Amino acid sequence: MPLLETRDLGITFGGLRAVGDFNIKIEEQELMGLIGPNGAGKTTVFNLLTGVYLPTEGVINLDGENIVGKKPYEIVQKGISRTFQNIRLFKDLSVIDNVKMAFHHKMKYSTIAGILRLPSYWKEEKEIHEKSLELLKLFNMDHLAYTTAKNLPYGQQRKLEIARALAANPKLLLLDEPAAGMNPNETKELMETIHFIRDKFKIAILLIEHDMGLVMGICEKIVVIDYGMIIATGTPEEIKKNKKVIGAYLGE
Amino acid sequence: MSRMDKKLKSYSINIGAILVIYILLTLLMKFGIINSYYEVIVISIGINIIMATSLNLATGYLGQLALGHAGFMAVGAYVSAICTSHMNLPDTLQLIVSILVGGIVAGLFGILVGIPALRLKGDYLAIITLAFGEIIRVIILNLNITGGARGLKGIPLLTSFNSVYWITIIIVAIIYTLIHSRHGRAIISIREDEIAAESVGIPTTYYKNFAFSLAAFFAGIGGGLYAHYYTVLDPGSFDFMRSIEILIIVVLGGMGSLTGSIVAAIVLTILPQLLMDFADWRMLIYSIILVIMMLFRPEGLFGKKEFSLITLLKGKQHAFNPTPNSHGRSE
Repeated sequence: MPLLETRDLGITFGGLRAVGDFNIKIEEQELMGLIGPNGAGKTTVFNLLTGVYLPTEGVINLDGENIVGKKPYEIVQKGISRTFQNIRLFKDLSVIDNVKMAFHHKMKYSTIAGILRLPSYWKEEKEIHEKSLELLKLFNMDHLAYTTAKNLPYGQQRKLEIARALAANPKLLLLDEPAAGMNPNETKELMETIHFIRDKFKIAILLIEHDMGLVMGICEKIVVIDYGMIIATGTPEEIKKNKKVIGAYLGE
Repeated sequence: MSRMDKKLKSYSINIGAILVIYILLTLLMKFGIINSYYEVIVISIGINIIMATSLNLATGYLGQLALGHAGFMAVGAYVSAICTSHMNLPDTLQLIVSILVGGIVAGLFGILVGIPALRLKGDYLAIITLAFGEIIRVIILNLNITGGARGLKGIPLLTSFNSVYWITIIIVAIIYTLIHSRHGRAIISIREDEIAAESVGIPTTYYKNFAFSLAAFFAGIGGGLYAHYYTVLDPGSFDFMRSIEILIIVVLGGMGSLTGSIVAAIVLTILPQLLMDFADWRMLIYSIILVIMMLFRPEGLFGKKEFSLITLLKGKQHAFNPTPNSHGRSE
């Protein structure tokens, strides 16, 4: 059984069918790329998968369970985390607090325990503190733990957003243009990071990206969409040769 | 081990400070240095601290601009006063029961208003809450049980310096520890970025309503204390201006700083009294001070930081700090 499977997924805004007949299967630990020209509906797909938009048609199965109609925070708890095209950090909070936010739903202590600072509060807060530092260490950011998020350089902010998404313990990570605005060096580092994440956390990754070097370099499978429809699916080699894809990007 | 010691130390310093201030104020009252006129000011400071810190929970931490806080205060004041008139318990117990009932009803109103209103943001929410505050006032003005425009008279005097002091301490402590727990982090995440909060697994609707109704609950308690101190309630004292006064305290102290709210509540309660001598110029000077304050420190006295005795005594520390802002608290 694939980790994530969509069947005839689609959404219509008014008269505009932004995405339609969207069928993909993502296996566990698969690295998949989602590409397409501007306005093709890539981010809309992400918003459908994460519950931001309610699909007007179709099914999304995560581990065999249909997650259509679930709230975004419920879907995160079920195992799909994401990052955003325009970084969305908790800008005025410290780096470590950004990460701690994502541990929220895994902590158990009640409001009363938090207010009265019962032993469960101290125990769990200490655990989460250590886990957050560990996670930051994996990204070589532990020395920045108490820096305010907005003061980080751009590349680090991207990394922090990915770290935060991972803190929610996903089975599938959605990255929306992780390399946007990065210089070639940063992009190269990012490619290594993405590989590292997949191997270390044993999760599947679906990423939207315009940087073809990055997509072709790391994705095992690529899905191309145009005008909300899938026009090609395959390995990077197959996609490179696909006439429809070339047509969509360069014109007929 | 050393962390344990630090924890104990910070608690004992704060509790020590609370006790010292309490003893000091009690002694000053006993020897008549704080006479009954000043006592009124001390008690209104306490009530204003409750109102400001609770509004800070909704506006400073949750980030939702609410302009109807006096409405919740009114609900708490009237409900607790009516509760007292229908019961006959020993004084202290009666006060506790009444203000709790007042607080709970105000909290329920918070949920009632919050569910539709919190779908909106910024100016829209401000207008809805403003309208709600006015609706409450007009309803009170037209009901029999509240005495209408004549006001509600003959409420027994149950609030004392002791009760106000300790209830204020308890409420501030509750808000402080709440904010520094995972639930408080969730509340702050909504202020920072609601979409991001939802995307890391935080049920934002729940926490918005939770924080908003908790703020209303504490405002209701503040209203209950108010009712049992002034013993007369007049709907006019819970109008829009009262909400604005509370908001000014929060903004001046710093949105997202409890100690800021406390200091600002003290300053802004005493200031008009100090300016009494200038009768005609009073409001003018008061306003000018606000304008100057906002020009030079738009983030408020404390910004989002907390004043901490421990930090003050020892300098900065990091160690284990489960909190978004600073550590420790002082009263």
